Amino acid sequence: MKFIAIFAVLITGFLLAYATIDMPDWGDPNSPPSTHVSPRYIEKVIIETATPNMVTAVLADYRGYDTLGETVVIFTAGIVCILLLRRSPDG
Amino acid sequence: MVKLYENLIVQTVSRLLIPAMQIFGLYVIAHGHGSPGGGFQGGCILGASYILMLAAYDIAELKRHMSETLNTILCCTGVLIYAGIGLLCVILGGNFLDYSVLYKILPVDPVKARYMGMLGVEIGVGIAVMSVMISIFLNIASAGEHEGAAR
Repeated sequence: MKFIAIFAVLITGFLLAYATIDMPDWGDPNSPPSTHVSPRYIEKVIIETATPNMVTAVLADYRGYDTLGETVVIFTAGIVCILLLRRSPDG
Repeated sequence: MVKLYENLIVQTVSRLLIPAMQIFGLYVIAHGHGSPGGGFQGGCILGASYILMLAAYDIAELKRHMSETLNTILCCTGVLIYAGIGLLCVILGGNFLDYSVLYKILPVDPVKARYMGMLGVEIGVGIAVMSVMISIFLNIASAGEHEGAAR
């Protein structure tokens, strides 16, 4: 049984390592992520939002809905911490 | 319950450091548009200043500055500011979180209105992250009992 597990791990690792050969080079300007929305953000972010920090503009404006979800996740963590751990003084 | 172990050096340094940390946290939130930073990072710095207060003093000292009720209200207020700005955009006739329609209530043009909308959103995120950090640390450090010093 242990042999099968080691075999499965090795095969999966080999396949994953083999798949990285097809990945685009680091910082390749012709790779799919660099040709889709990145140039548009880099060119238009000052014109459209007047914000010098591109990361903030993408985080809070273009991807604002995503950041709302992140904030709700943090909020949920805090509320759950209170609900699970907080004990009143009289037990 | 853990007894407070008083240390003059730690308490004096904390008393000097906490206001500087809070000013820096507010700077990171407010200046997130021009330099690295934003609501999450600034909120963490603000939360860390209160956690330092909790570590150097005891829980009663923290609660003198930030009561449990106020902390929980702030926790909800931060998320409500974010979602409220999004809903305000819908009420003013745009899409959800489309800040450019905020120019109707702010004395700026639509491009600058997106800048201001982002600033409001970052402030909401900062408030929420700060109070969640305090709440998590306080509840885990005292096992939910909220008395004595932090373990």
